[in-house]
Amino acid sequence: MPFISNGTTILDNGAFNVSLGNQVLISEQTASASASVSFTSGIDSTYPIYKFEFINIHPQTDDVRFRFQGSTDGGSNYNVAITSTTFRAYHDEGDTATALEYRTPDDQANGTSYQMLVNPLGNDNDQSGNGEIFIFSPSSTTFVKHFISRAVSSFYLDYVLDDFVAGYFNTTSALNAFSFNMESGNIDSGTIKLYGIKDS
Amino acid sequence: MAVVSGGTTLIDNGALDAGVPTGSLTLLSTQTASASATIDFTSGIDSTYDSYVFKFYNIHPSANTAAIQFQGSTDGGSSYGVTMTSTIFTVLHTEDGAETGFTYQAGDDIAQGTGFMKLHRHCGIDNDMSQNGELTIYNPSSTTFVKHFMSRFSGSWHAPGEMENFTAGYFNTTSAVNAIQFKFSSGNIDDGIIKMYGVA
Repeated sequence: MPFISNGTTILDNGAFNVSLGNQVLISEQTASASASVSFTSGIDSTYPIYKFEFINIHPQTDDVRFRFQGSTDGGSNYNVAITSTTFRAYHDEGDTATALEYRTPDDQANGTSYQMLVNPLGNDNDQSGNGEIFIFSPSSTTFVKHFISRAVSSFYLDYVLDDFVAGYFNTTSALNAFSFNMESGNIDSGTIKLYGIKDS
Repeated sequence: MAVVSGGTTLIDNGALDAGVPTGSLTLLSTQTASASATIDFTSGIDSTYDSYVFKFYNIHPSANTAAIQFQGSTDGGSSYGVTMTSTIFTVLHTEDGAETGFTYQAGDDIAQGTGFMKLHRHCGIDNDMSQNGELTIYNPSSTTFVKHFMSRFSGSWHAPGEMENFTAGYFNTTSAVNAIQFKFSSGNIDDGIIKMYGVA
C-alpha cells in the first residue's frame, strides 16, 4: 500500500519511494581553539566508504600543516603505519611561482606519524584550508585501508595550494577512529564533517 | 499522522523524521544549455550550505578548442569579475598514442586577476565530444575567509584525445559570493547540463 503525503508517494511496496541519497551525514564537529578534532564513533561496517569534508580550517599558528591519523582501538592511540604519496600544484598571488611537484617531505613509508593533508597554512584572518578525504572499507579485517584526499588552501606566503594525497593504513585491523590536528598549535576554527557513502 | 515502524518514527507531519538517514547532497537547480552565451546561477547560493557543488554533463562548445570557464559575483550577477588566484594542471593522452602530458599550465592560471578561470581547456567540437566534471566552492557566503574552489574535469581534447583538468584557487574577497557564471572562451555553450547542489 503506498503512503502518499501531499500528493507525493513517499512509501510504496515496502520501501521508500523518495530518494534518500547515497551520501549520509553521520556527524559534524566544529573546532574552536582545539588541539585536535577526533571522530571516535560511527565508523564501522555500515558503509563501504567514509568521507570527511573539512571547511575553513584555520590554524592558530602560521605556516603549519593540517594532518590526520587513524586508530584501531577506538581513539586511545593514533599511530597506524601509513604508506602514502603526495603531490601538489601551487601559484602565488604575485605570479612569480608555480609548480606541479611530488612532495617527498610529506609522504610516509610505513611511518606512524600524522599524515599531511594540507601544506603549510597561513593564519591571516581570511586564510583557511578546505578539502575532502575518502577512506575505503575502514572496518575490513582482510585488506589494508586505502584513502585519497584533495585539498585547496591558502599557503602562508599568499599562494593557492592544491594538495593531493593517497595512501593506505598498513593494517588488517579495523580502523574505528580518526583524529585531525595541526603540526603545531591549535585548530583555531573550522568544521569537519563525517559522511557515510552507500554502495547502492 | 505519524508512520512508526518497529518503534521508530519514519514519517511525521508530512515529512521524513529527522532520524531517518537521508542524503546530504541537495539538488538546488538544473540548467540546460542551448546555444547559450552564458549559464548563470544567480539564486540559491547563500549560507544554507557549507559547500556548493556544480556538476557538468556533456558540455559541448560551438567553437573548436574553446575552454569552458567560470567567474563569481558579489552583487547577485550584475557583474562577474572577482579577483582570484588559481592553479591549473592537465593530463593528456591522444587517441593515436603519439602524445601524452602531465603539465602545469602556466598560461591559464590566474594571479590576482579578474578574468574567467578555465575549467577545461581546448574542448573539441566533433559531435561526439564533450566535457564532464565537477566544481566545488567552499563556504561562498563567508564574510571572513577567501572562497576556495577546486574542480576536476574529464573531456575530449580537440586532437582527438582524453584530457583531464585539475583547477583550484580562491576568490580573494571577504564579500559573499552569491552568483556564478559559466561560458566558453569563445562561442556558445552549444548544449549540456549544469546542476548545482548544496552539501549539508
